[in-house]
Amino acid sequence: MNTKSPSIRIFAFFISAMTLLSISRIFADTNDLTSRGTMAAAFGLAVPIGLAGLGGLWSERAGIVNIGLEGMMILGTFGAGWAGWQWGPWAGVLGAVTFGMLGALLFAIVTVSFGVDQIIAGTAINILGLGLAQFLAKLAFSNAPGGGQSQSPPVKGLLPSVTIDFIADPLNTLQQKGWFVISDLAGMFSGLFYHLSYLTILTVILFVLTGWTLWRTSFGLRLRSAGESPSAAETLGVNVIRYKYIAVIISGSLAGLAGAYLAIVGTNVYRGGQTAGRGYIGLATMIFGNWRPMGTGIGATVFGYIDTLQLRDNANIRGLVLFGALVLIALAFLGLRSGVRATSLAFLIIGSALVGGFLASTNMAPEVAQVAPYVTTLLVLATASQRLRPPATAGMAYRKGESH
Amino acid sequence: MSRQKILNSLAAPLLAVAFSLVVVTIILFAFGSNVFEVFNAMAVYGTSPRSLTLMLNLATTYYISAVAVAIGFKMNLFNIGVNGQYMLGGMCAAAVAGSLNLPGVVAIPITIFVAIAVGAAWAGVAAWLKSARGVSEVISTIMLNFIALGLISYTIIRTNVGRPAALNVRGTEIIPPNGRMVGWNLLSPSIKVYGFIIVAILIGVLYWFVLNRTVFGYDLRASGLSASAASASGVNSKRMVVITMLISGGIAGMVGLPDLLGNDPYSYTLNFPSGYGFTGIAIALLGRNNPIGIAFGAILWAFLDVSSQILDIENVPREIVTIMQGVIVLAVVVAYELVRRNRVKSEQQNVGEALAQKESSAS
Repeated sequence: MNTKSPSIRIFAFFISAMTLLSISRIFADTNDLTSRGTMAAAFGLAVPIGLAGLGGLWSERAGIVNIGLEGMMILGTFGAGWAGWQWGPWAGVLGAVTFGMLGALLFAIVTVSFGVDQIIAGTAINILGLGLAQFLAKLAFSNAPGGGQSQSPPVKGLLPSVTIDFIADPLNTLQQKGWFVISDLAGMFSGLFYHLSYLTILTVILFVLTGWTLWRTSFGLRLRSAGESPSAAETLGVNVIRYKYIAVIISGSLAGLAGAYLAIVGTNVYRGGQTAGRGYIGLATMIFGNWRPMGTGIGATVFGYIDTLQLRDNANIRGLVLFGALVLIALAFLGLRSGVRATSLAFLIIGSALVGGFLASTNMAPEVAQVAPYVTTLLVLATASQRLRPPATAGMAYRKGESH
Repeated sequence: MSRQKILNSLAAPLLAVAFSLVVVTIILFAFGSNVFEVFNAMAVYGTSPRSLTLMLNLATTYYISAVAVAIGFKMNLFNIGVNGQYMLGGMCAAAVAGSLNLPGVVAIPITIFVAIAVGAAWAGVAAWLKSARGVSEVISTIMLNFIALGLISYTIIRTNVGRPAALNVRGTEIIPPNGRMVGWNLLSPSIKVYGFIIVAILIGVLYWFVLNRTVFGYDLRASGLSASAASASGVNSKRMVVITMLISGGIAGMVGLPDLLGNDPYSYTLNFPSGYGFTGIAIALLGRNNPIGIAFGAILWAFLDVSSQILDIENVPREIVTIMQGVIVLAVVVAYELVRRNRVKSEQQNVGEALAQKESSAS
């Protein structure tokens, strides 16, 4: 696998992963592991996580670590509920983006103009976003018909979604046959074309657009230079402060959009605590994806998938554990070949232990799926931190003209 | 410390609190509340003996959490994981304390020891990841927080550590009366001041002593001010990271104990209060990592939290206080930054002037 091009490598990894998933499905005896319903739900849950991750990516690419994504997302859910309830779902989307942007603007003023510690500012934005959303929700929804102290009345109408029957249905039939790998691929692609929300489509477009803007335009080059080497950018006449502001505000609008998805597509109302830490998972997917849109998207899909399994049939959890174990063992063998002994051995031991756990139990708790995304992120950080490459000045304060 | 220096260090936090009051006044005014009435109601309700007791109890918890964060801050370590550390430490301590049937002098130290050990061990994962793998403690502790939540719900829901403990909630075995630290009716006959407040004060004294009167504390502060200078003078920075993180986690492990040992239902339930870790970050900032400053910060925070309970009756959402707290944190860090810039600028000017004088006298 050394000489092949990146796209072939990604394809090879994808097929290997699907093969392992298929083996897990067969041994755990749960067809639902790759069913259309599971896959469609996974793509749905991947959207808010992915949007938050993309938001983190924009801001970190310009050198600002955005822990405040969660707070901006909370503001987004409120904006979506408030505007959506009064003027319909699209207004809700607009409201969410606006609220997310306002949170980001405040964050940018504090971190970019005043140069305070970004982690602290982000923590403060999370406190403030939560407080503001709860405060405004009580004022706006308490006396509204169908609303409550921490819940908005339903959003007026639904966002349209599309199902492409002539693709989704035959693939679904194929999935139910339970054939090795083929059925799993069929289930996955069937899910992709089943009850596809317009916001999901928008999200995919935003991922592509982000990749193109940041890596193929001069605007993107300047924005990234503000995160890699702001003083060098400054000497070339780039207005670093302005680019940082733009990046953070885009970051906030994406976090707001993530909130919109939860409130409008996910549940149809604003509800307190709706984000449930997804801003942080978004941050994790960004790291998982090595600060790149493609990787972030893959990370979000994986985490969305794990998130879905918690809510579905319990037998799936066993499948997930076996899948995780097989992935670890496969990685261990790959690692042994390229000579990373200690890590590979650790993976082999953990993987074998998980297989043992799988064989010994007939039922596994959903808490396993609850912690899986975070454990995965820690494993990735622990083993691949040499390969990860965050933007060089992420987290550092920048002041115009300070470097001579 | 000279009087001028004390005034300087007080200026930023006081300005931040004043600024947040202005912001809150504007918000309340904009939503048509009677600002004076709101503040008055909070002041009256918040100074009743019962509220003052609740305030002291809450401040005890906040204080421990803030010290845990502050010791990390002192060496530029950001322990966002206090939340996970205290929840896991609290649950394990509760489970052990519930199973012990020993006199208090034995049972309580064991409980505290378990909390410290578990908190430190959980922080130890982040410490190892940072020192051996170069993983930022910010990210790893965030992940560990969520993993701790999963571990706790698994243990309480699915193992026999958990049982029906209170009304409709599962939790650990109820701690027998011997193992509790209920405290005293100092201010109000109806409600007790937590006994754990003594331990919190001890933690503060120890924190001050270790930082200012020991070689370890000197190394720690030196590493925080300039890691490269400290390592040049022979401080092993990796070792410092690990030890500091372990101490921070150990203190964090105790954050849940005031509630656990001093309040109904004397069990770690699934409803155990969460979020003390983030409050600790805010208070450590407000108190500038100073043991006395943190105490004032903790009391202020607790006062706001307790007195806000009256607001819903006044038809003002009590979350206005959360907004105020968020504004305080933002304002205080901005104020510190402005003060720092000002100081650097005036130092540069002084040096410039001194050099200019030297040159003119030489010529």
